[in-house]
Amino acid sequence: MSNAATGPQSVPYGRRVKRFMADRPLIPLIILLVMLVVILQILRPGIVNERWIANTIKFAIPLAILAGCQTMTMLTGGIDLSVGTVATMSAFIMATQIVNQDPAVAFLLAMMPAVLIGVINGIGVGVFRVHPLIMTLGTSLIGTGCLQVYQRTVIASGAKIPDFLAWLGTGVTLGFPNALLLFVPLAALIVFTLARTGFGRLLYAVGDNERATRLSGVQYWQVITALYVTSSLLAGITGLLYIGLIKAPSLSLAEPLVLPSVAAAVIGGTSIFGGRGGYTGTIIGALILTVLTTLLTILQMPEGARRILFGLIVLFVTAAYLRIVEER
Amino acid sequence: MSHFARRQGWVIGLFALLIVLFIATRIIQPGYGSGDFGSLARAVLPYAFAVAAQTVVVIAGGIDLSVAAMMALTSVTAASMMAGASEEYALFVVAFVLAMGFVLGALNGLLIVVTRVPDIVVTLAMLFVLQGAALLVLGAPGGGAAEWLKAMISGTVPIPGLPDAIDAWVPKALLVLIVCLCVIWIPLRRSRLGLSIYAIGSSELAAFRSGVPVKRTRIIAYALSGLFAAFGGLALTMSTGIGAPIPGPYLLASVAAVVLGGVALGGGKGGLLGPIVAVFVLRLVRTDLTLLAIDPNVTAIIEGAIMVAVVMFGAFITMRSRQQ
Repeated sequence: MSNAATGPQSVPYGRRVKRFMADRPLIPLIILLVMLVVILQILRPGIVNERWIANTIKFAIPLAILAGCQTMTMLTGGIDLSVGTVATMSAFIMATQIVNQDPAVAFLLAMMPAVLIGVINGIGVGVFRVHPLIMTLGTSLIGTGCLQVYQRTVIASGAKIPDFLAWLGTGVTLGFPNALLLFVPLAALIVFTLARTGFGRLLYAVGDNERATRLSGVQYWQVITALYVTSSLLAGITGLLYIGLIKAPSLSLAEPLVLPSVAAAVIGGTSIFGGRGGYTGTIIGALILTVLTTLLTILQMPEGARRILFGLIVLFVTAAYLRIVEER
Repeated sequence: MSHFARRQGWVIGLFALLIVLFIATRIIQPGYGSGDFGSLARAVLPYAFAVAAQTVVVIAGGIDLSVAAMMALTSVTAASMMAGASEEYALFVVAFVLAMGFVLGALNGLLIVVTRVPDIVVTLAMLFVLQGAALLVLGAPGGGAAEWLKAMISGTVPIPGLPDAIDAWVPKALLVLIVCLCVIWIPLRRSRLGLSIYAIGSSELAAFRSGVPVKRTRIIAYALSGLFAAFGGLALTMSTGIGAPIPGPYLLASVAAVVLGGVALGGGKGGLLGPIVAVFVLRLVRTDLTLLAIDPNVTAIIEGAIMVAVVMFGAFITMRSRQQ
């Protein structure tokens, strides 16, 4: 029936579908997401309801923000592996400082390590031209060490989760998770920055052709430093949100999110070599990973098999996505 | 001579750093003797193999995030196969585990070549797969190791013609490390294959145009990395006597030592000697900090700071030399 519609230049149906998807890379991702949800519904009829959706979104948001850090750094050809440590640090400092301090002071204290690590990352990558992978791994090692030392000093005072963070992290109003109040403006800001502002264009430019960008008079180190500070700040905010969700401060709170955040950005279509990608895809990537985790949990497989499947699916999705996008 | 010094400058500097650290250790702890050196060598063994695994891949212009998970998988496989088995059977286990590492490594490379997904993502996905497989093989730390394997890395080897005083400074673990690495690395380095690995790391396009089989070389580089990681897994089982399914801190350590050892992360430059010396340097720094009775948490900070500082310094030097 499609043959009649195509008219004189009859392009094969499969080719047309492929081209359509290649032009709109978000469509296959959304199809995959819907497929996963449908599979979930078939396996456990009735599981997909309002509460489940709210819960999934709640858990996807911290991952999506961290994946935003990866998206922006990947656009310049970098990567930020210190986001987990930064998020953990700000969450832990917030939870322990709120006991004796004013909330505003505690917030500022919690954001301090984020800014510091961001600046060090930026200078290392931008000025000294250290490989971002090494630089951010190194700073995350230092950060973890500092956090362990810090933990000793506050062991007596205990920790508590501020009410407003718990409200933001776990609360649901009218069926919508409160975390969306933070996430929607943040995501809009990131999308707007990447697509419409000079800074966003500079990120794409630096990732696409660094030499050309430099020759056109762009101060490379300033762009990179601003980028890594932004990324660290976002990670710090994620930490605060995540502690409100998990409600148990620990020294490895956000570490398990780091590798999935890289995976979410890659699934979302951001090239790890820089210059290509965007944040909308990443958000869907984070949703896909969260639904996938639920799916694997529901199948009641042993932990080992779950990890194997997770790895295989990430690999398969990325490979399939690359095939579709590169076909144009 | 000056040519040699220039080419090996970084490694010579590392050796000097190592000697300075040894002297510092003797000053901090005048009783630091051959026994302590033996335990240093045993502690270095798994790290050194992890670094060797990473080095091969980095020279070929890639990166392997699955090194630590591969070590965990091979270690638990070896430990669970050897538990309660005879001493002769262990010989088969060793061969089997090494072959498994080689094949899984080749699978890494094959996936990268076939799917054209960036190496970071493929090895990241493989990290999850291998970790999961390790958990399936052995849910909790356990298993066993053959006695002759454990004996292989403890104590020293009596070398005829050497006085005992010097002999005591040659622990078996160090010899095992040197023999295993040399048997694989030196023939490789001198072969056409070794040259191809350097070539694809230096410039894939140039290598392709000069007739280097780029895909095959890449797969072999990852297979060798898997083989070294399997050696590392065996070393873990040998030194602890059991296998643990949760990977140790070997991924981060391997990347750090590769960079500290003067192998460029873009590929094509460096050798195996530098990273191995770098491992000793990093471990000895940790020993010194422990001997100084510094809080182990502060040790982590200092280690991270050293890593970052060294890498920044290295990058700075490269920048200066490029400008001249």
